[in-house]
Amino acid sequence: MNAFQNAQRGALASIPMIIGGIPFGLLFGSLAAANGLSIWFAIAMSSIVFAGSAQFVALGLIAVDAPLWVIILTTFVVNLRHILYAADLLRFVKHLPIRLRLFMGFGLIDETYAAVRPMYDMGSANKSNGHQVYIGSFLSFYFMWNVTTIVGALAGEFIPGISEWGLEFAMVATFIGIVTPYLRNVPYWGAFVVAIVASIALKDMPNHLGLIVATLLAVLAGYFLDHMTINSAQKGVANDDC
Amino acid sequence: MTTVELVLIIVGMFLVTYGIRVVLFASAHKAEIPEWLDKALKFVPISVLTAIIAPMALTNSEGLALSFMNPWFVGALTSLLIGLVFKRQLLTICVGVLVFFLMKLLLVA
Repeated sequence: MNAFQNAQRGALASIPMIIGGIPFGLLFGSLAAANGLSIWFAIAMSSIVFAGSAQFVALGLIAVDAPLWVIILTTFVVNLRHILYAADLLRFVKHLPIRLRLFMGFGLIDETYAAVRPMYDMGSANKSNGHQVYIGSFLSFYFMWNVTTIVGALAGEFIPGISEWGLEFAMVATFIGIVTPYLRNVPYWGAFVVAIVASIALKDMPNHLGLIVATLLAVLAGYFLDHMTINSAQKGVANDDC
Repeated sequence: MTTVELVLIIVGMFLVTYGIRVVLFASAHKAEIPEWLDKALKFVPISVLTAIIAPMALTNSEGLALSFMNPWFVGALTSLLIGLVFKRQLLTICVGVLVFFLMKLLLVA
C-alpha cells in the first residue's frame, strides 16, 4: 500500500469523529463572531492553535476579559492530556526522522489519537506506515475544523440549534467502538470501570482536570490488576512445577 | 481587546499547546521509557476515551441520568452491547447512532 492509500485509511477511520466535530467547528466560528472577534482571529485560532476544547475555553475567558496569563495557563491545563497520548505513541514514532515527528506533534489531537492508536493494536498500522495513517487522519480533521470555523464565523447562527442536535453522539459511539475490543480481560475491564466512575465523580472539577485525574486513576487500576494477574499466573506455573 | 493582545493570545496558546504535544516526540530518539511505564501506558487509550465519553453518556445537567428515556444513555448502552457481542466497529457506531437519533425523534414527537 502506498503513502496516499495509508493516509486515506487514516482519514476513513476518522470520519465519524469528523462528522461529530462539525457542529463544534461551526459553533466555534459563530461564537467568535458573536463575541465581536474578527473572522481572522477565529481562523488563526483554528489553524494555528488547533485545539478544540481549549479554543472554546479561551473564548469564554476573552469574553470576561481574563488576563493573558490566565488564558495561557488554562490552555496548558486543558491540553495536558495530550502528553499522555505522546508518551503512549512514542514507541511507534521514535524511529521516524525529527522533521516528521515535529509535524506529527502538531496534529496530536483526541480524535487522531483515538482513531489511529488502536490501529497499531489491531495490526492495521505499524511502524513503517503508521505515520501516514496518522497524518491522513489529522489533516482530514484539520481541513474540516478550519472550513467549519470559517463557515460558522461567516454565517453566524445560520443553522439554529445545530449544537442541540446531538451530533456529538457520533463521537460517543465511535469511542465505544474503539474501546470494546480492549474489553477482553480483567485489567482492561478494571480500567474501564474506574474511568467511568472517576470521570463522573470528578466531572465538576475545573478545566478538564477531572478528565486527567480520572484517566490516571484508570491507568493505575489497569496497571495494578495487570501486575496481580501476572504474579498469580507465575505462582500458578510455580505450583504446577511442584 | 487590542489587536496586540489578540495576537499574543494566539501565540501563547500555540506555544503551550504545541509544546505539550511535541516535547516527547521531539526528544523521542533519546527517550527511554522504563518498562513499568510502558506497561501502564497501554491502558491510556481505554482510560482516556472512556473518561471523555462517560460523563456525556451517563449524566446531564442535573447529575446521573441512567434513564431509559435518555437517548445518550440508551444509545451508548446499545453501542457497548453491540460492540461486546459482535466486535465490529462500524456496526457498533451505526447501530448506536441510529438508536440515539430514533429516540431523539420519538421523544420530540
